Amino acid sequence: MTETLGKTDTLVREIAGTTHAPPPTGRRRRRAVAEEPGKPWMIRVPLVLYLLFTLVPFYWMLVFAVRPTGSTQLVPWPVSFEHFDTVWNDIGFGVFFYNSVVMGLGVLVFVTILSVMGGYALARFRFRGQRVFLLAMLCSQFIPGAMMLIPLFVIFKGLGLLNSITGLVIAEVAFQLPLSLILMSGFIRNISVELEEAAMVDGCSRPRAFFAVVLPQLKPALVAVGSFAFIGAWNNFLFALMFATRQDKFTLPVGLSYTLGEFNTDFGALAAGGVVAAVPVVLVFAVVQRFLVQGLSAGAVKG
Amino acid sequence: MRTRTWAPYALIAPTLVLMAIFLVYPIGSVVYYSLQRYNVTQPWKNGFAGLDNFTRMLFDDPLFWQSLAFSAKWVVVEVGLQLLLGLVLALIVNETFIGRGVARALVFSPWAVSGVLTTGIWILLLNPSTGIFQVLSEWGVGSPGTSVLGNPDTVFDALVVTELWRGVPFFAILLLADLQSIPKDLYEAASVDGASRWRRFTSVTLPHLKDAIILSTLLRAVWEFNNVDLIYTLTGGGPANQTTTLPLYVARQAVDSHNFGYGSALTVAGFLILLFFSIAYLRLSKFGSRA
Repeated sequence: MTETLGKTDTLVREIAGTTHAPPPTGRRRRRAVAEEPGKPWMIRVPLVLYLLFTLVPFYWMLVFAVRPTGSTQLVPWPVSFEHFDTVWNDIGFGVFFYNSVVMGLGVLVFVTILSVMGGYALARFRFRGQRVFLLAMLCSQFIPGAMMLIPLFVIFKGLGLLNSITGLVIAEVAFQLPLSLILMSGFIRNISVELEEAAMVDGCSRPRAFFAVVLPQLKPALVAVGSFAFIGAWNNFLFALMFATRQDKFTLPVGLSYTLGEFNTDFGALAAGGVVAAVPVVLVFAVVQRFLVQGLSAGAVKG
Repeated sequence: MRTRTWAPYALIAPTLVLMAIFLVYPIGSVVYYSLQRYNVTQPWKNGFAGLDNFTRMLFDDPLFWQSLAFSAKWVVVEVGLQLLLGLVLALIVNETFIGRGVARALVFSPWAVSGVLTTGIWILLLNPSTGIFQVLSEWGVGSPGTSVLGNPDTVFDALVVTELWRGVPFFAILLLADLQSIPKDLYEAASVDGASRWRRFTSVTLPHLKDAIILSTLLRAVWEFNNVDLIYTLTGGGPANQTTTLPLYVARQAVDSHNFGYGSALTVAGFLILLFFSIAYLRLSKFGSRA
């Protein structure tokens, strides 16, 4: 038993990233880290193949979305927006889109704030029950969302949270928080404590030292954790499917899943709905993916 | 900094409350329900059932074993392929070349559109009338009207490829993050000692990545085991329950049959299996030990 506990402790430390200093950020460092280039074809050939694998499905969706019904052109011209009109106005993707934005932003705000609070507590204090708390958060990763549906449904019914975006936000925050918090605590741990202490010696209160010294250095972590939370919420299907049965409370994935069933032959509508759901999240991702890699290498899954 | 204070408790209080209500309490109720006869459609039969649900599951339900076997196959194939391709992809985009930033953003992007959206995209790509196989057949490759999703022989491959599309980027992002934390001097030292490219990979890169690989495969295995949205929306578990995973079976028991008691017993079984698997995996892989 002691041995198992020892292992778990290592696991906790590894995840919280106590073993490594954060790599310096910025362009110069990232350029410098790579080895001298190998044979160019060793990079180019597999990269191009993988790019094809990644992009052909996206392209296919785009083509279906903008070509008129009945057309089979591979390069659609002129483009038509009839399918967007159908899904946005007739099927109601406008409403789903609004619901998804509200839910995504809600989850982003709460996950970010709560994970900074909890992460700071884990990184900067020793307290009774700390290890149990960490272990509980790790164990929560083994709990399948699908398997919590039954009790959660009962709870939501009791709390009157069925068919409400608030309810969806709460459930999603609860499920995302453990991992975000561990990530954030690893990040804070890697910020040197000396400046903070110096500020406090100079008469800053701890909260003031936090806002003046720690928070500015946390920006990449906030971007990484926040966008992680937003993307997760935006794509969440199971909770939204179970807890929102009224069409005016659907989010985009739920709306899309109905499009899959109802419009089996209307691929144009399915594709246009897909584009509506994909564009915001892909844009967010394209902007933040560099912070994500930085954030993970500094704070999270460390070996 | 390490004084005794109430501050950390105040900071973790909201998290604790959320976890208590939405994680701890539900786990407790799942265990409780699993020992009950609890069917919404037959409330007069409800009551304490002891281990009846579990004995039925173990001795009288071939679908439990079938879905468990499929889950295992799914996890092994997916995680294995994702690790391999993800590692290759991470090594590629870790090299210096023109357009690397754009290439990274592009090859990682499917990770952002996971779930139902992935299904939607692949249904468009694979549909027999205007999908990619139809276009290829017009170009003289393959036969027209190929339906990979409707054919029991190919549906598994189609699922695997679809899941790879969104899963490989996840691995690649995690491994790339770890690749970037390898000190550059290690490579320089190895080069000075005359180590070949392959040798540097096996002696410097791989040992450094070891713990990240162990941890990411474990997390991914758990997530793939629990994955519902993709299979649910792509095949619904069919044809003939061929692609039903354990969580999908649970969802069906809960949602379609309203059999909360039996569904909960399946849940408990799934949770225990994952827990034992994880402990065994961490022990066997000697996670955290320095190479």
